[in-house]
Amino acid sequence: MSVLHTVNKSPFERNSLDSCLKFAQAGSAVLLIEDGVYAALTGTSVEERVKEALGSVKIYVLGPDLSARGFSDQRVISGISVVDYATFVDLSAEHGKVQAWL
Amino acid sequence: MSEIVKKFMYLNRKAPYGTIYAWESLEVVLIGAAFDQEVSLMFVDDGVYQLTKGQDTSGIGMKNFSPTYRTLGDYEVKNIYVDRASLEARGLTQDDLVAIAWEDFETEEEVENIVEVIDSDRARELMEESEVVFSF
Repeated sequence: MSVLHTVNKSPFERNSLDSCLKFAQAGSAVLLIEDGVYAALTGTSVEERVKEALGSVKIYVLGPDLSARGFSDQRVISGISVVDYATFVDLSAEHGKVQAWL
Repeated sequence: MSEIVKKFMYLNRKAPYGTIYAWESLEVVLIGAAFDQEVSLMFVDDGVYQLTKGQDTSGIGMKNFSPTYRTLGDYEVKNIYVDRASLEARGLTQDDLVAIAWEDFETEEEVENIVEVIDSDRARELMEESEVVFSF
């Protein structure tokens, strides 16, 4: 059963996203939450890395954390799905295992 | 309150909400205003995210403290610097940031926006010139 990986830190502050993407198996899912949401935005120095990952994993970003930081869905990289807390719960249940990258 | 005046810099490098650093830094600026020092705020790395417009925290159950940045003029802070390279690495421009107004209460001189985007050389100079740096 595929894993749901979560990343909660900014890709500019820590290498958690980088490590997560390195070790996440193809077909698994990555959910960006808290400061991790910054990796979902267009125009950043990590955009290419994230777009490349979309080729093998599904990427989600938590909407309320984006809004809190002043960003709307429109600034999210195409292919990344914006989800709410209810969907976060559904995803966790659906995947069976959640691996957090702190 | 004190006759010694030093150049204080508050160096902000962390994003808001994910950790408490951004909020704590702002609180220290406000409280420290009582000491009438020469204050400047510097935003580099993820610190630039503290100044983004349109922050709406209703979905995450945390207090939105971004309006407080706009009151900094009332605390006589008029030196607010943002590192251009940090903005660019994050796909941001000054348009994405709030404007902070400032007014001199004696001369009534008004400045529409005291947020200054600077290049790294200037940031380096300003850090060097500071006598005390508080890092957050």
